[in-house]
Amino acid sequence: MDNPARWSHFQHDADIGVRGCGPTLEAAFEQAALAMTAVMTDPRLVKAETPVRLHCEAPDAELLLVDWLNALVYATATRNTLFSRFKVSIHNHRLDATAWGEPIDAGRHQPAAEVKGATYTALKVVREADGSWCAQCVVDV
Amino acid sequence: MDTTRLQRISDFEWRIPRHDAMRVPGVIFGSRALIEDMDDKVAEQVTNVATLPGIVSASYAMPDAHWGYGFAIGGVAAFDPDAGGVVSAGGVGFDISCGVRTLNTGLQREAIEARQGPLADALFAAIPAGLGSTGGIHLDDPGLNAMLRGGALWAVEQGWGDARDLERIEEHGCMSGADPAAVSAQARHRQRNEMGTLGSGNHYLEVQAVSRIFDSDTAAVFGLQEGDVLVSIHCGSRGLGHQIGTEYLKLMLLAAQRHGIALPERELACAPIDSDTGRAYLGAMRAGINCALANRQILTHLVREVFARLYPGAVLQLLYDVSHNTCKVETHEVDGRPRRLFVHRKGATRAFGPGHPELPEVFRQSGQPVLIGGSMGTASYILCGNASSESLSFASACHGAGRAMSRRKAYKTWHGRQVIDSLREQGIIVRSPSSRGVAEEAPGAYKDVASVVNATDHAGLARKVAELKPVVCIKG
Repeated sequence: MDNPARWSHFQHDADIGVRGCGPTLEAAFEQAALAMTAVMTDPRLVKAETPVRLHCEAPDAELLLVDWLNALVYATATRNTLFSRFKVSIHNHRLDATAWGEPIDAGRHQPAAEVKGATYTALKVVREADGSWCAQCVVDV
Repeated sequence: MDTTRLQRISDFEWRIPRHDAMRVPGVIFGSRALIEDMDDKVAEQVTNVATLPGIVSASYAMPDAHWGYGFAIGGVAAFDPDAGGVVSAGGVGFDISCGVRTLNTGLQREAIEARQGPLADALFAAIPAGLGSTGGIHLDDPGLNAMLRGGALWAVEQGWGDARDLERIEEHGCMSGADPAAVSAQARHRQRNEMGTLGSGNHYLEVQAVSRIFDSDTAAVFGLQEGDVLVSIHCGSRGLGHQIGTEYLKLMLLAAQRHGIALPERELACAPIDSDTGRAYLGAMRAGINCALANRQILTHLVREVFARLYPGAVLQLLYDVSHNTCKVETHEVDGRPRRLFVHRKGATRAFGPGHPELPEVFRQSGQPVLIGGSMGTASYILCGNASSESLSFASACHGAGRAMSRRKAYKTWHGRQVIDSLREQGIIVRSPSSRGVAEEAPGAYKDVASVVNATDHAGLARKVAELKPVVCIKG
């Protein structure tokens, strides 16, 4: 594969940037979500058990990324759940997704920082020259 | 930051002259060394804020300023509603009314050191800390509305604390103008299990001992002597505040567009103070302030219960409670006349000087206590507002150390266990649910808080009163 799906973090003074890249816009969004989970814990420690369905809509792809990540922040906070697997579909700036995860287990997950919200800082959704997609923003912790 | 681009006003005050779309100049406080260490993004953000409608005097950055969202963290800006001034959710921050409160335990360092381990264990057991932790208080909708209107006053009425606490909290413990109806169902839902919790990240509860007094007259007013043991709590408005910040940031993006406000970047999203969105945000943000004040009041009650068990007879008196992520309506003198302004402080502490009418009687002569949290393992400081801070920065000072290293790099550099052991050798006990969280918050990941506090003192923003050294730290 030339452009496998992958996630990374990038530097921000106080907080942390999350970036997801993949062969499609959807894959980039899935990987950005994984990068956000990785701010809180090692995603490999989170069992992809319980599915949660999420939807959001925004005027452009960048605002949609922020809404998507904030929908996950909300689901984490209100369901006390961490997520490690994502399936995203996007049509006409509407996102429908399923996220799989499990309840937070402080002993096993050793959650570090809580993500308070996704921000518009360093917010970018771009199609690279090789046709792959990358989606990124800073999250407030 | 390249200081050659700045105009040096004094050793601790630097100016970004007005240019292009700036309506006012930018002013950055700090020593040359602190400013050279700041990211260039700070100057960019100070400049961007200076372009917003209705800004008055200057766009300021405190000595601990660093790259934030739209506004720098450590940013201060005041807006005049009569001059088309705006209110910005990004200028307050996600963690509305995040702040520090400090209690004087009336105990001495020796008494604590004799039972340091049991105290650390008891506090760790009593204070819900870390991601996913829940409090013992679950509010229904009417209860939540009462909390959002009443703040710490509500908490005291519920039995969490003492009416005497209230005069030692900004706004006397209850922010007026809160509008629970402007707080969404989602924000309420996020708070359902989070009342009386500490949170995570840089939030903490610390037992500290006064290690040095710089200003003995003011220290006497604050009731501080060397060796005194204090408890400081650093946290904010929890999930409710975060959700309000998230939702209004988005609404303000649309409002700015509607009102024809040109935004240099999206994170500066704002709405005219005198608009539906502006008014709704102010009502919700004030409810968020009350949530934070109530939360710190509940945590205070939990701390008092622990001390009552371990040190029967100990009376924990509130020294003061400051918020460092707010927008407040204040009267300031500008060009010789008083003006009613909406002062945004994002990662900056209010620092009213002597004689300010809003201060309680006990601090009327001295000025307001300014509580500066260090990082885990390093000193914290108590400062006091000066008469000069009024004209320098709308009576504002710094709020903490500020990170020097990213979380990821800190996690790769240190192990939580190693940080805990090395602090233990220095006589500090750390308790945290997350070893990774401890590594990310390692003392070496932060800037030197002493240099920030010294610059704040030299710049005249607030004067140093006392230095505190940690003894026990409960880390979220």
